[in-house]
Amino acid sequence: MREITYRQALNEALDEEMSRDEKVFLMGEDIAIYGGAYGVTAGLLNKYGEERVKDTPISEAAIVGTGLGAALLGFRPVVEIMYIDFIGLCMDQLNNQVAKIRYMFGGKCKVPLTIRTEGGAGRTLGAHHSQSLEAWLMHIPGIKVVMPATPADAKGLLKTSIREDNPIVFIEHKMLYNTKGPVPDGEYLTPIGVADIKKEGRDVTILTYSRMLLFSLQAAEILEKEGISVEVVDLRTLLPLDKQTIKKSVMKTNRVVIVEEDTKTAGAGAEIGMTVVEECFDYLDAPIKRVAGADVPMPKAPNLEKLAIPSVESIIEGVKEVLK
Amino acid sequence: MYTPSKQEAAKILRQMMEIRQFEDKIMELLAKNIAEGGSHLYAGMEAVAVGVISSLNSDDYITSTHRGHGHAIAKDGDLNALMAEILGKKTGVCKGKGGSLHLADLNKGNLGANGIVAGGLGIATGAALALKMQKSSKIVVCFFGDGALNNGITHECMNMASLWKLPVLYLCENNLYAMSVCINRACSVKDFRKRAAAYDMPADIVDGMDVLAVKEAAIKWINYVRSGNGPCLLVCNTYRYYGHSRSDPRVYRTKEEEKFYKERDPIPNFAKICIQNGWLTEQEVKDIESQVTKAIEEATDFAIKSPLPDPEELYSDLYV
Repeated sequence: MREITYRQALNEALDEEMSRDEKVFLMGEDIAIYGGAYGVTAGLLNKYGEERVKDTPISEAAIVGTGLGAALLGFRPVVEIMYIDFIGLCMDQLNNQVAKIRYMFGGKCKVPLTIRTEGGAGRTLGAHHSQSLEAWLMHIPGIKVVMPATPADAKGLLKTSIREDNPIVFIEHKMLYNTKGPVPDGEYLTPIGVADIKKEGRDVTILTYSRMLLFSLQAAEILEKEGISVEVVDLRTLLPLDKQTIKKSVMKTNRVVIVEEDTKTAGAGAEIGMTVVEECFDYLDAPIKRVAGADVPMPKAPNLEKLAIPSVESIIEGVKEVLK
Repeated sequence: MYTPSKQEAAKILRQMMEIRQFEDKIMELLAKNIAEGGSHLYAGMEAVAVGVISSLNSDDYITSTHRGHGHAIAKDGDLNALMAEILGKKTGVCKGKGGSLHLADLNKGNLGANGIVAGGLGIATGAALALKMQKSSKIVVCFFGDGALNNGITHECMNMASLWKLPVLYLCENNLYAMSVCINRACSVKDFRKRAAAYDMPADIVDGMDVLAVKEAAIKWINYVRSGNGPCLLVCNTYRYYGHSRSDPRVYRTKEEEKFYKERDPIPNFAKICIQNGWLTEQEVKDIESQVTKAIEEATDFAIKSPLPDPEELYSDLYV
């Protein structure tokens, strides 16, 4: 199979969906001439014109709000919030308008809106450009939260998101854009709300998503050499969580480590862990372990930034802890 | 002065009376605890909603506000379904899940009231973007109050709409108070038309207690927007007769001020003009009033007798 980057995979998804459906258009800061802060929309302006690839003013609330208005009238906007750190600027639109409008109106409208954004640490950009805020979004009924880790999932999930009649927050990771992986030729879709077992194992289950999948797989490979068989579940969608896959894996291994980049307190892992408790407590042979981000604003210094998020080493330690 | 046809005059009068009686009825239901929760009443401001919306085509769009009953009625909303919605009933226009703050009627082009001040600006501007992309001749009227002028998204949207020449008419209902805070204590710029200058769009101001004046201005600016000139701002100076909501003791305004605006009540004033000009007879005015009373009674009866939503409705309509 051909190998392309996460960035290229996303670009292909946008390109294919725009060419398939003229109702799809893109809007966001620096997405047209510049091609997106991380280059995901490069080339699309030339192909589709400025009517469908729109540079906007720096107006996050209006970007999401107008995306909603256009979606209500039948378009399928894909809007970009350059960094998830900026989501506070449009949180009212997202939480109070986008997520709730269908329910508040008794199901009499649809909101086929995709909000693309990216998060995560790794570029020493400091506290305003490195956060992982997915837990805020998981707390909003009415949207779905998608966080792909591999190029193949990024493409398949973005295409599905664009075709969904529900609002999707699609969170990319800045450290994944240059990663390469196999991506099938031609048309395919990846379902939302379905986790994927990226590595099978017997002794312990790692539940993870986004960039932490890559760290977890590295940790699993090292542990394998020490005779510890780790199953790595890539959740891919955080809202809704794929409880079935989680349950099946935990019933097999009886031990769980959650690996998440976001800050630990009231983070995504709290919900994931509680789901394990509710769904399959009786199958647990050890307390659930969270390997999570430190509860601090992201520091600039490269050594501190590394310490603020999980590492292959801390994941290995976490796994060993639940095996004690 | 705008001269309506006899039919038009009758419709304007009827809709303003519907709004007034609808709101008076809700106040009564709130006092009797038949209506629970809150409700922001539009009484006093009828000339704005009716003057503007009667000047639109039926397939044009509006977005509304937390004080949205008047807009919904003027946009030809079904009185029964609106009243039922305010009581949270299954037969409500949003199946009882929205309530007073979220009245919406998408089939009628009403993209919804909003519980968030300035919450409709994004939706209206986005709808206008969609209409422009569709090369449609429809437009959007975005209603908001003086309070929303000081909210960030208002500026983001006005800038975007003017930049992209979107077909949206920003309609500021200036009723002098954002809950309790008077515009003099909240707005650095007292002449709201100056706000539009910041986005290089035209603005106009009109007496919002005079339905014909509103209508004349609305026709002019709707035509401006529909002709592809981009957005504009129309400020209607008006007054709400009730407080902000049911529990408001109105300590922030004087009895004299309330009296001043009661004397300028848009409904009897318009009725008088209709009779003076021979558009309607006195008897016709009385007939319209009693028809409206009957319709409001029927709507109230319908709403009270309607069932609450089924328990299964709790989880329906969240996702497609």
